[in-house]
Amino acid sequence: MKRPLRVVVAKIGLDGHDRGAKVIAAGFRDAGFEVIYTGIRQTPKKVAAIANQEDADVIAVSILSGAHNKLCGKLMELLKEQQADDIVCLVGGIIPNRDIEYLKSIGYAGVFTPGSELGDIVNFVKEKTKDRNQEYSL
Amino acid sequence: MTQKTKDIAIANKMWMEERLEPWLLDNPERNSEFLTKSGLPVKALYTPEDLGRDPEQYLNEINFPGQFPFVRGVDPSMYRSNIWVMGMYSGFGSAEEANKRYRFLLEQGQTGFSIALDLPTQVGYDSDYELSEGEVGKVGVAIDSLEDMERLFEGVNFEKVRQIRTTANGIGPLMVALLVAYAEKQGIDPNNIKIFLQNDVLKEYIGRGTYIYPPEPSVKLSADVIEYCSKHLPNWVPIAFSGYHIRDSGSTAIQELAYSLSNAIAYIDETLSRGVEIDDFAPKVFTFLASSVDFLEEVAKFRAARRIWAKLMKEKYGAKNPDSMRYRIFAYTLGGALTAQQPLNNIVRVTIETMAAALGGVQTVATSSFDEALGLPTEQAVTVALRTQQIVAEESGVTNTIDALGGSYAIECLTDKIEEEVMKELERIDQLGGAVACIENGIFQKELAESAYRYQKNIESGKETLVGVNKYKVEEDLDTPVFEVNEEMEKRQIERLKELKASRNEEKVKEALQRIKEAEERRENVIPAMIEAVKVYASVGEISDVLRDIYGIYQDSAKF
Repeated sequence: MKRPLRVVVAKIGLDGHDRGAKVIAAGFRDAGFEVIYTGIRQTPKKVAAIANQEDADVIAVSILSGAHNKLCGKLMELLKEQQADDIVCLVGGIIPNRDIEYLKSIGYAGVFTPGSELGDIVNFVKEKTKDRNQEYSL
Repeated sequence: MTQKTKDIAIANKMWMEERLEPWLLDNPERNSEFLTKSGLPVKALYTPEDLGRDPEQYLNEINFPGQFPFVRGVDPSMYRSNIWVMGMYSGFGSAEEANKRYRFLLEQGQTGFSIALDLPTQVGYDSDYELSEGEVGKVGVAIDSLEDMERLFEGVNFEKVRQIRTTANGIGPLMVALLVAYAEKQGIDPNNIKIFLQNDVLKEYIGRGTYIYPPEPSVKLSADVIEYCSKHLPNWVPIAFSGYHIRDSGSTAIQELAYSLSNAIAYIDETLSRGVEIDDFAPKVFTFLASSVDFLEEVAKFRAARRIWAKLMKEKYGAKNPDSMRYRIFAYTLGGALTAQQPLNNIVRVTIETMAAALGGVQTVATSSFDEALGLPTEQAVTVALRTQQIVAEESGVTNTIDALGGSYAIECLTDKIEEEVMKELERIDQLGGAVACIENGIFQKELAESAYRYQKNIESGKETLVGVNKYKVEEDLDTPVFEVNEEMEKRQIERLKELKASRNEEKVKEALQRIKEAEERRENVIPAMIEAVKVYASVGEISDVLRDIYGIYQDSAKF
């Protein structure tokens, strides 16, 4: 039997601005995903552990502090270590083009900057996961 | 209803039936409904009928500026005497850089500045703590101990400083201790340095996220500051009840006022429970609100906020001193209203927001830079932001009369409506157990997330217009500047902390930390013990750890 796709929405680092993370979480929820929001102030280690525990299909990281390269890099390393790099990983935040290229090169499927629409993000994830055994419940 | 208002009502009805309705058959309205950003209906036309009160009520409900309920302004002459204080907010990485900037500003004749703190400092961690990695000195200065304060203020002539603002909230009492210890070590009377504290932790759970302990002890710690200032530092602003961050997290104007006022009530009740009188501290407090682009609603919001506060002080708290009833407002143009797309459009948005603040009669305005949504503001953008205020203040003429929009049927009606809605919200929050209970149960957080989500959906569906984002779009390259992380600075800061810990008297530090623990466990005002600990160079992290051991670190329910 198929189960809904599971997405972990994560805030990494000390930055506490979580408006964007919560809007994305609600957007995924309304699109039929199962959503786990980690809350603020998480470490890459904690997020990797949650993703593992919850058997996540998608991780959406929100970072506004500027520390995205370092923290997202760490998270990806950990996911590779636990052989979970088939998870579709996204980053959202204020991210310069140069860093977008970098994040994609280390394994992030999509990077979304201010003004991105929920519909586009959800469709992007649906496209990336269409071959999987899981589905959206809607 | 007097004969005159009856005549107007009849004439209004005739105008609608005979003129407006036939006209609309050929000229239908653009929308099926018109709403403010908070969702209040906006009528096609406001008339004397909408004032809902007899002219005799003017003295009770509106009155003259500088008189209860202060709707038209907190002082009798407003900007005809003094233009609002023009503040700008900016963060500088190291204590040395910030110090250079402060000295430069003072030489240029500026009399105030802000101390922006980095995130580890704001949440009570030392620079060498695991979670601090990559964040040291990033959005402000890193303060690990009194030594960093000494570096920050070296050579700053406090005789010339009129106002220093700080963003300390979770570490509110500790910031007071650092400032007092610094002043005393330098032989300056701390009360002579005019400090403007933020010290509003409750809004951190709702909006900005730099809380440390659970809400209940946080209220206790904020009240420690209010109590201590009322007794020893009467010149300081002990707290700024902050609606801004709530608004920037997606709230409506009504939620902004309702949540921030219910937070204020929690601090006030805690402070009063210690035997401090309302008139001992209420004249000193400020409120920190957003000014957004929904011009009419924002003007009405500032006016309504003053009336609500004045009545709250007089009727609920029995304040006697009129100064307790004057709600002084620090307005910051709403960062969340700015767009990364077509960034120059933001200059126009900030101008409208500045006009709203000016016509709303606020005491301080801080303006955002047009390129803020793209990262760190450039010098040119910062200058334009300041010039925007100067043009509104000195060219537009809106500062030449007091409360220029007062008496407008629409503005008075919106002011009444906002007051009514906020009072309803305050009543509901009270029935839910007050601000602390609403935060502990995630109610505020959930309502806010819903408002933010609704707004996003409205933008995506086109129900609300955001120029350059969902309408009048152009192809553009939106590259943002690369933020260089100064890893050298982080290393140096950590080394200094190590050296400090090696050179100070450990025995004294241990004793001082123990005294903080004892004071807090007895629920005493913790500030005197903190001052002693800071003086023997206990670190921000060590002092915060003492309270973390007692109260734990708060985990938010993370509702969305």
